[in-house]
Amino acid sequence: MESIGVLMPRPTFPYLEEQIDKRFKLFRLWDNFSYDNNAIASSIRAVVVNSVDGADADLIRKFPNLELVSCYGVGVDKIDTNKCAEKRIRVTNTPDVLTDEAADLTIGLILALLRRLCACDQFVKSGNWKRGDFNLTTKFSGKTVGIVGLGRIGKAVAKRAEAFDCKICYHSRTAKPEAKYRYYPSVVELASNCDILVVACSLTKETKHIINGAVMNALGAKGVLINVGRGKHVDETELVRALVEGRLGGAALDVFEDEPNVPQQLFGLQNVVLTPHIGSATVETRTAMADIVIANLEAYFLAKPLLTPFL
Amino acid sequence: MATDLPNILVMGPPLIFPDFQSQYSHSYNFLTFFASSLPLPQYLSSLNILPSSIRAILCNNMQRVPADLLRSLPSLALLVTTTMGTDHIDMPECRRLGVRVATAGGSFSEDVADFALGLLIDVLMRISAANRCAKKWLRSELPRNIPPASRVGGKRVGIVGLGKIGTEVAKRLEPFGCKIMYTSRTKKSSVPYPFYGSAVEVAAESDVLVVCCSLTEETHHIVDRAVMEALGKEGVIVNVGRGSLIDEKELVRRLVSGEIGGAGLDVFQNEPLVPCELLSLDNVVLSPHAAAVTSESFHHIMELVAATLHAFFENKPSLTPVMQD
Repeated sequence: MESIGVLMPRPTFPYLEEQIDKRFKLFRLWDNFSYDNNAIASSIRAVVVNSVDGADADLIRKFPNLELVSCYGVGVDKIDTNKCAEKRIRVTNTPDVLTDEAADLTIGLILALLRRLCACDQFVKSGNWKRGDFNLTTKFSGKTVGIVGLGRIGKAVAKRAEAFDCKICYHSRTAKPEAKYRYYPSVVELASNCDILVVACSLTKETKHIINGAVMNALGAKGVLINVGRGKHVDETELVRALVEGRLGGAALDVFEDEPNVPQQLFGLQNVVLTPHIGSATVETRTAMADIVIANLEAYFLAKPLLTPFL
Repeated sequence: MATDLPNILVMGPPLIFPDFQSQYSHSYNFLTFFASSLPLPQYLSSLNILPSSIRAILCNNMQRVPADLLRSLPSLALLVTTTMGTDHIDMPECRRLGVRVATAGGSFSEDVADFALGLLIDVLMRISAANRCAKKWLRSELPRNIPPASRVGGKRVGIVGLGKIGTEVAKRLEPFGCKIMYTSRTKKSSVPYPFYGSAVEVAAESDVLVVCCSLTEETHHIVDRAVMEALGKEGVIVNVGRGSLIDEKELVRRLVSGEIGGAGLDVFQNEPLVPCELLSLDNVVLSPHAAAVTSESFHHIMELVAATLHAFFENKPSLTPVMQD
């Protein structure tokens, strides 16, 4: 398999890079890669993409022998899946392995936001505690959590929030009667009826900007938004306006419309927690995700069934 | 100067005091002893107030209430502290003198447990460190200076003290897939988690220690060098109890040398002073004794203190909840 060309667009996790390099002929897009070299372009049969660098029609066209797009991550929104289907290119992702971590981070962000953990840390580390007490913060236990998308991650968030005596409600494409939570047929209604709105759905044409101005107004000055999904779930320009004007109570965001660019106005706000896409950043999850990518690559080129096919 | 109003000696002062004072200034004569540098007898005589006229104290843990002070107030019958802990009060002397001590009881347990979980997740997943880096997030580069994050799920969490707070912590940890175990004064038969007879034993089996017991002579430095050694190099300590539950000097030494993985600390031995070595560590999350301080608990304790003092001075049982003894 050492002659099979596998392309990586950017350095992500050293372990992943090492493991691919050991088994295949690894091409690094960031390291003097030339698309003009036909021999190389023809030898590339797989691309390992991630949440920033996908596989659009343009990239797919550049590699005539591309057979497999293996995503290091669960979201496939950056992959032109229609093009892949048309060319019979297989696509894999890394579901399940980061479900728990995404849910853990969601709760961590809720607590960091409501209880001002980051601000507390800064307050003590800057020496301000000697000058006076910190402010009152907002209790989390017992609040109502509204979840947009009750898939794997949504359910995992609900399970954790219940241990904090939270009431759970949700919106999704269709109601799930087996879930014992209150269903709302629209995101605006959900937002009107919860204190904490969590985005936990996948990004599709339908869910782009699903969190818009109307939703933010419904959530209101006492409500907060938590997004560990995709930046494009939220109308970011409107979000900045709503936060600056005080129409929305607060936000904790791990993802942004145009990573790594974060709207400058957000940095000055006290009621905002911003993390640079760390959901799935733990060593354990990165290793597990990398192992799935490798296992899919190996399975494909050994003519065995893919482990986690998306397409 | 108010005359017929009952005197309340105020020490600390509790966080609620400014609001409480303005709301109840027509009901009580608040003696703001916390603001005086005089010893109590001189303070009282400077106001022409007889020590025997003081039947109640309102305090928190920012000042100690020692035996000699208690003894100098012959009519003292009620001591209201807005804290759960009573380590700042000479409790044996209160018992000897027949002074009833009213505390916040379990009022803050949920808030403190929430905060403990927040600190735990933050330290493991590096949330505060990442928040600091968001400004420096560069194209093609993941923030390099954040120490590696680690999963919450699967971690073995040892709870030191399975009282009201410890129980709420355990309940919140369960769905995260943590293995929960504990040490406590006594084994709790109705609890499904493994019990260990000492902090060293539970530390040996844990990846994370959550310290939430009350501070007594027995629990002073319950997390000492031996416990930290047993916890190990990757271990994390979260403390929402009292600073003196941990040998702070030893903890700081280990954090600086890398002999322990990280810490989430809400309390310190000499608040508001915090060891300066901690201020620059990215694997440490610090907070200013804020675990119980929410708007909700603030308003709740205001009501409890009001009802408790009212029932005491009216000598009538209260119709609304009062503080526990």
